[in-house]
Amino acid sequence: MSEAHHDLEGHDHEGVKPSAEAGRHAARIRAIEVLLVEKGVLTEEDVRRQIEYMEARSPANGAKLVARAWVDPGFKARLLSDTKAAALELGIDASGPVEFVTVENTPEVHNLIVCTLCSCYPRAILGRPPDWYKSFNYRSRAVNEPRAAMREFGLEMGDDVEVAVHDSSADVRYLVLPMRPPGTEGMSEEELAGLVTRDCLIGVSVPRFEAVRTG
Amino acid sequence: MTPTRFEPGDHVRVRPDEKPGHVRTPGYVRGKNGRIERILGTFKNPESLAYGGSGLPESPLYKVGFRQTDLWHEYTGPPNDTLYIDLYEHWLEPARKETV
Repeated sequence: MSEAHHDLEGHDHEGVKPSAEAGRHAARIRAIEVLLVEKGVLTEEDVRRQIEYMEARSPANGAKLVARAWVDPGFKARLLSDTKAAALELGIDASGPVEFVTVENTPEVHNLIVCTLCSCYPRAILGRPPDWYKSFNYRSRAVNEPRAAMREFGLEMGDDVEVAVHDSSADVRYLVLPMRPPGTEGMSEEELAGLVTRDCLIGVSVPRFEAVRTG
Repeated sequence: MTPTRFEPGDHVRVRPDEKPGHVRTPGYVRGKNGRIERILGTFKNPESLAYGGSGLPESPLYKVGFRQTDLWHEYTGPPNDTLYIDLYEHWLEPARKETV
């Protein structure tokens, strides 16, 4: 099962609109939506289209960008200098007022993404963030003890590697370009994309070749 | 193109202001010294946008880097660990002493 499908598990998508049974917050949102429609601010169709747009985004988009960057140095340079334009080359439309920046992991620097103020995330490319990304626990610890936070995801960083945390507090959304794992020289672009999980794109994990062979 | 007050490499201090409302500058960087990493462009001011304002004039947005050990006294990681955060120009002033 792909990471994209995995991301959607645990959420009930019986129909795209939240029902009153889904809870008090969903009922409140539904009431606000009805009011906005009534006042002509938006239409039911706008809401449906926005849900469809978001559901069509998934971490598989990020994996495609990473795999292409691994096999094509020119694309990698473009991804790092203009993420939006590079994404569009692969048919991923991230247009909108928000900017996207890709940060590259190297043997010297490991990048970790967080939004301490809310849940800013490169949604136009990756879809919705995982629930833990929005938790107070992750949002606080990713900035003041990032190494301990990553350790809980099974990622241990040596003291010789600089950990660079990016707090996406404003109008820019960040993606991590992880390092290509050793032993993958003969792999196709599609196989490489299969190594890149959502967590690798946030920086709480790194692509591992062995994990795929045994898993 | 809005002219920018700071350039990459400039040492800056985040204003220590207490400001209510939809503010995109978290408390943990206020009053701290950092360095301009890059200019990210100009964007509408979220402090006005959030309340139905125009967000104009657009404000330059900077990626500012900090040493983790400058942000947290109890930071246990290596001294070259860094934190980057995106801050609007009106939250920044020139650093008095170059500490980063």
